[in-house]
Amino acid sequence: MRRGPLLVTFLSGAAVAALFFIPHHQAQAVNNKLLEWTLVVYAFALILGSMSLWNSHARKLNARAEGWPFSLVTLVSLVGITALGIWKGVGEGSPVGRIYNTVNSPLASTMFALLAFVIASAAFRAFRARSVEATLLLITAIVMMIGRVSIGPLISPHLPGVTEWLLDVPNLAAKRAIAVGVGLGAVSTALKIILGIERSYLGRS
Amino acid sequence: MTWARKVLSIDRRIIFLLVAAGVALPLLRPVNLPITVTPRVQAAFDAIDALPAGSKVLLSMDYEPDIMAELFPMSVAVLRHCFRKHLQVIAMTLYPAGTGLGERALRTAAKAEGAVLNKDYAWLGYKSGFQVVMIGIGENLRGMYPVDFYGTPLDSIPVTRGVNAYRQMAMVINLSGSSATDYWIQFAQGRFHAPLVVGCTAVMATDYYPYLSSKQILGLVGGMKGAAEYERLIDTVGDARRGMDAQSLVHLIVALLVILGNVALFVARRAGEDLGGRPAGSMTR
Repeated sequence: MRRGPLLVTFLSGAAVAALFFIPHHQAQAVNNKLLEWTLVVYAFALILGSMSLWNSHARKLNARAEGWPFSLVTLVSLVGITALGIWKGVGEGSPVGRIYNTVNSPLASTMFALLAFVIASAAFRAFRARSVEATLLLITAIVMMIGRVSIGPLISPHLPGVTEWLLDVPNLAAKRAIAVGVGLGAVSTALKIILGIERSYLGRS
Repeated sequence: MTWARKVLSIDRRIIFLLVAAGVALPLLRPVNLPITVTPRVQAAFDAIDALPAGSKVLLSMDYEPDIMAELFPMSVAVLRHCFRKHLQVIAMTLYPAGTGLGERALRTAAKAEGAVLNKDYAWLGYKSGFQVVMIGIGENLRGMYPVDFYGTPLDSIPVTRGVNAYRQMAMVINLSGSSATDYWIQFAQGRFHAPLVVGCTAVMATDYYPYLSSKQILGLVGGMKGAAEYERLIDTVGDARRGMDAQSLVHLIVALLVILGNVALFVARRAGEDLGGRPAGSMTR
């Protein structure tokens, strides 16, 4: 039963990888066609996601499960915004544009802004010099926090230089090592999927 | 209860109030702290500044409202610079909720610099599929975007007429708060060799330092600080420069709180107090 999906994965993975290295116009025409197919698949994924969202919240609403009013708001928003978008368009000045600017945009920004309060509290509670490593981390964090903002040079003219050194030397060295490791890991995982060694994406048997 | 013990068990609402005051006061009464320009932002500015007038630039604003505090002022600053240099901007986004912000950034910058839609810039809007779109633009822009955000065919827009791939663009600028930047580096730069300038959130910036030193990206604008530096370079005072006062004060408050907490912990331990582990370690109190 699983031979079909494995064969499709092998053929499409191997073809796309090969087409990357073939500059011939016919090969690139095939590549373009595959890209168009992928866009169509993305569009279907959007429809599938919307249906999944609808089913999940409709179930909660029907069962009057905990938090069902939130599900009702989600469903009304989903249908209402979609209908308004189709009917009146989505550009600036349209009803959807106004809802986006006055509801979505401030709400999303507010949610993210709350992080500042949580992080300040968490830093105070958890950032403790309990060991040599924790002390090093603590000192580095304080130097970075102060040195990277406008007030840093006013406290000490050396702070920006120290932060630049921290970023350009220890940080860069670690980032390069991580990038090389992640790259090799990604190639290895891709090969395992194309060759059918890694099959977890097919789900449980 | 000793003072050290009191400090360690401080109510988190006091910390919240301190942070709120640190954010609000500088916004209400700006201090205008000096902004020093870092080499990475200077490099981004220089790369864009060196482009001849009339060059086509692809700008992808890949972010949503959650991180607009950092990336929206950056978008406006970069766009204003492009319009001042008479570069022709082809703008797009890879995020569905990024269309409203992208359109707003374009209108704000265009209004400030007198740029005109379709003559000085084109707004292509949203297209799903990160890598697919990036590779697609390298082969055939019209395959990805047959029409712009307003439904106008690209051949009817002066800015996009004759442009169908990266090779007809002088530069790609990506302003993003996600892994989209990795893909722009891999595909637009790595595969199609498009000159690339990157702007991202402050927490992401260090991820891209290796690409800067390897010259895969020409410049890097990181977070609100980077946006403030860019505003200084183009000699404007926007949201980023105004926000840096607040960010500076909040960073100072957090650093002082951390130092105070550690001093209190040290004093309490020296006095042989039983901390019981909870006040010092709980992050949710």
